Amino acid sequence: MNASDIVSPENLVYIKPELMNDNHMHYCPGCSHGVVHKVVAEVIKELGLQEKTIGIAPVGCAVFAYKYLDIDWQEAAHGRAPALATAVKRLLPDRMVFTYQGDGDLAAIGTAETIHAANRGENITIIFINNGIYGMTGGQMAPTTLGNMVTSTSPDGRDVQTMGGPLKILDMLALLDGVCLATRVSVHTAAAVKKTRRMIKLAFENSMAGKGTSIVEVVSTCNAGWKMTPAAANDWMVENMFPVFPIGDLKNI
Amino acid sequence: MSEEISLMKGNEAIAHAAIRYGVDGYFGYPITPQSEIIETLMEAAPWKTTGMVVLQAESEVAAINMVYGGAACGKYAMTSSSSPGVSLKQEGISYMAGAELPCLIVNVQRGGPGLGTIQPSQADYFQTVKGGGHGDYKLITLAPNSVQEMADFVALGFDLAFKYRNPAMILTDGMIGQMMEKVRLPAFRPRRTDDEVRAQCPWATLGKTPDREPNIITSLELDSALMEKNNERFQAKYRLVEENEVLYQEVKCGDADYLLVAFGSAARICLKTIEMARDEGIRVGLLRPITLWPFPDKILHRYADKVKGILTVELNAGQMVEDVRLAVNGKIPVEHYGRLGGIVPTPDSVLDALKEKVVK
Repeated sequence: MNASDIVSPENLVYIKPELMNDNHMHYCPGCSHGVVHKVVAEVIKELGLQEKTIGIAPVGCAVFAYKYLDIDWQEAAHGRAPALATAVKRLLPDRMVFTYQGDGDLAAIGTAETIHAANRGENITIIFINNGIYGMTGGQMAPTTLGNMVTSTSPDGRDVQTMGGPLKILDMLALLDGVCLATRVSVHTAAAVKKTRRMIKLAFENSMAGKGTSIVEVVSTCNAGWKMTPAAANDWMVENMFPVFPIGDLKNI
Repeated sequence: MSEEISLMKGNEAIAHAAIRYGVDGYFGYPITPQSEIIETLMEAAPWKTTGMVVLQAESEVAAINMVYGGAACGKYAMTSSSSPGVSLKQEGISYMAGAELPCLIVNVQRGGPGLGTIQPSQADYFQTVKGGGHGDYKLITLAPNSVQEMADFVALGFDLAFKYRNPAMILTDGMIGQMMEKVRLPAFRPRRTDDEVRAQCPWATLGKTPDREPNIITSLELDSALMEKNNERFQAKYRLVEENEVLYQEVKCGDADYLLVAFGSAARICLKTIEMARDEGIRVGLLRPITLWPFPDKILHRYADKVKGILTVELNAGQMVEDVRLAVNGKIPVEHYGRLGGIVPTPDSVLDALKEKVVK
């Protein structure tokens, strides 16, 4: 008996998405990125959009996103992904164009590009990984770092009086007329992953239907940067991140 | 119709030439003295005719990154700005050089540094031909000296950019951008179809088809051994450009005892100086680099055996003069004359400088 005898549609519980290749991921064990990559790959396949999809990778932990999904990719300068996506979608209006960005990329150095692409209502999807820290550079403070949270550049905790508070950029984006979907999800439980898959699918459908800009914020863990086990990081996220970044739709039209 | 002669500003000529060349997308941010480029495009509304996209970006940074996105799809994408705005674009230019993306950037220079002035200048020569952004890269640089060349160099710039998969720049200034001259605009060409883009640019990110691997446009390579190979490939390409694409113009150089070397608007002024000098019996010629990179160093090296001295005339404090000195390698004196901060020299002040500094 081999695997193909056992795996039948009725007892299949897991399959590697066709669009994910076998390149070794550089993400830390326990990191949310791998799950979100998988969901993106599944949704592109489900919608039959492989030949129409152009992904824009950020600078940050997901800088190598282009190594893992077998679609066409552009690697942007730090924060500029929505500018690239704007041009790609304008020049190729029948394609599905999405950016995949972290909190530093989207909400610090790329704030202008993000706000203005959304304000123009570019028919793109922005997948926004918010883990409240700079993972790739080694755990520095992010715009979304929580008050009093310790990072390598806020070793005594983020002092909101002098460093500002966690930037709720999704709330800002939801105010813009160009935005059709602004939603916050997570991937720490099976049910949450299912919800995330639904919202990313909706976002991609919105983009293809020309409804405007869709932003899916995935409140995520960085167990390495937070210096916790993956399980403890999930608990910490629920207890500390969710009150500041509540899960749910801010806008869905 | 396509051969009609028009009277227009250099900035307007660039806009019309872009539409006629079949450019796919223009992305820009207003700044004096080049705002006529985006204004002319918005007025012409080419999205209704050729399908060209024209978009006013939120910043020069966004604009050059939109050009990156468009170029990565194999599209003819361009932007324009003036000196302070072009400083903001340097990040994107470096990334495009690193990702080997072809595009056209127009710099209608104004006086600097900083916010400076809105008057003409050539003080961005170093920024353009010596780097500007980070890393070892080169920018194909064309220096028009007339409204006609403003129009013609749109096609030349894109052709060279796509031939070598490298950004190209039209380096001009507020004088050429703002002055009106007659111009013959090029004939209309249709924009390329998706299939034509795929054929011309097999690397373009147009969506992965089953017949090929994913196309990935990136300037990133963390393995230093591979990154060195990438750099070696870039350098080999740059040597090829230097070998094959040098352009210059010689005016009355045949019998010249002295040479003026000037580009763009400064070269226009020198044409009058040559006449005035020859009326006084001083045999002067003009060598005008048309490509600033690749620089016409070989021809200048040869002139070092023929003439007694060279004066470079630039709207800056002495930038191209360094490349001329390198080309002649100490054989003859090379002096510089320039005006700064937006002041344009007169032909007789150039003649005075020639007599004072070179003719002895």
